[in-house]
Amino acid sequence: MVVLGYRVPMLASLLVWAALWEVLGQLQVSFLLPPLSSVLVAMVQIAPTPIFLSALWVTAYAFVIGNVISIAIGVPLGILMGRSMIADRIFLPWVNLFLSAPLTALVPVIMVLFGLGQTTIILTVVLFAMWIIVLDTRAGVRGIAPSLVEMAESFGASRWQAFRRIYFWAALPEILAGVRLGVIRSVKGVIIGQLLVTIVGFGALFQAYGSRFEMDDFWAALVILFAFAFLLAEGLAWLERRVDYYAASRA
Amino acid sequence: MTIHANPPAAPATATDAVVEVRNVSKVYAGGIQALDSVSIDFPRGQLTSLLGPSGCGKTTLLKIIAGLLPATSGAVLVNGTPVSGPGPGRAFVFQDFALMPWATVIGNVAFGLELRGVGRAERENTARHYIAEVGLSGFEKKYPHELSGGMRQRVGLARALAVKADVLLMDEPFSAVDEQTRRKFQEDLLKLREVENKTFVFVTHSIEEAVYVSDRIVLLSAGPGRVSQVIVPDIPRGDDVDAIRRHPVYLDTVDTIWRGLKRYLD
Repeated sequence: MVVLGYRVPMLASLLVWAALWEVLGQLQVSFLLPPLSSVLVAMVQIAPTPIFLSALWVTAYAFVIGNVISIAIGVPLGILMGRSMIADRIFLPWVNLFLSAPLTALVPVIMVLFGLGQTTIILTVVLFAMWIIVLDTRAGVRGIAPSLVEMAESFGASRWQAFRRIYFWAALPEILAGVRLGVIRSVKGVIIGQLLVTIVGFGALFQAYGSRFEMDDFWAALVILFAFAFLLAEGLAWLERRVDYYAASRA
Repeated sequence: MTIHANPPAAPATATDAVVEVRNVSKVYAGGIQALDSVSIDFPRGQLTSLLGPSGCGKTTLLKIIAGLLPATSGAVLVNGTPVSGPGPGRAFVFQDFALMPWATVIGNVAFGLELRGVGRAERENTARHYIAEVGLSGFEKKYPHELSGGMRQRVGLARALAVKADVLLMDEPFSAVDEQTRRKFQEDLLKLREVENKTFVFVTHSIEEAVYVSDRIVLLSAGPGRVSQVIVPDIPRGDDVDAIRRHPVYLDTVDTIWRGLKRYLD
């Protein structure tokens, strides 16, 4: 972006919004919105506290395990659906249904089945993250040039070899796009799970800071969470761009 | 130049055929008939072209020989054994190269060997040999997107050579590269034939290309594909590859084939 002849970096708009936040906070427009500077101070203060660290650990645990399960099931299922008409017919309606459904409403159902613990929260993460991974992987596999598949076949690749050596790599740009979107959605999943199921982790932090109107701490925790989700998504986007040329295998 | 007109059922006979196509018909789902009772022999050590207008089923026939497509009826024999799928005796060169974009040149060339369980050192040595043979030494660690179209097809060719198959099946291998590169390829193919003792089945829609590189040309007619003629151009292929295009037999053969094909274009 060029403003008045100067090159302005993309993140510059963030500074503008930060300044606006600070000004509105200093003007004390609402007690809900403390100035950004005091939020930053709060951030430094709460970050080393045991309550924050244990919240971070509990949240990260559910988040990571949930995503690992989503990828471990979502990628093979997506590849299967991309290659097999029958599997596609069987699973596609469900995947589409779950992708568009208001998943929050389903969390109580999982709660009844799996109780008020980490299991339910992890499953909530899976519920939020998995479907987009399945759909993107499926799209990636369907886009593979037929000649690449024939090539593997003509050199005698077994089904498993074709799966592992061709389909996975050729669909990798889409798989990573799916994982990135899944990760973003699972941030939602883990927090909703923590708020609805058991008040643990970041859910508990928001609950505690919010109910005591400790808005500095509340915003500090929120900003940390947002920054974390943003960095993760950007990291995956970077990885995605690095494997972009794999898409040359498209017809 | 000798021309054999063949009735559809009689095979284009030859002694010591590596690949024998026997009454092969192909009907695609949807009822489109691509091939109608095609019989051809492919003699050992020769380069046979399948030439015909688009839609004559030449690529379909090649894929049936490769074992990538099943024939609706009839049989393909390779060294006397019926084909039921791809086999190590045949290697395929694809029109769009079909390289793995995530693998280096050497990784692509060694892929066929890797699938067969050949150890890393051995397969990379073999791959290096054939990379050199197609003139790509020094490009072993490059990725396909860093190469030109012509170089990519050389990788595809090296990959097919590396598995040391008797039969090389080439599906319009030079049609996706520019004219100058194509001519260079055609010359290189003639040289390659002197080094590699293989049987080539070469699909092309270019009359000039077929006459330039082939020992035998099988003309297919369209809708459904049938063998209409087998042409054996008697062109002396001496040291001077440039002389071929000026040879009277070359020019006559091109002319004859063109006249034969012209009537299918109306």
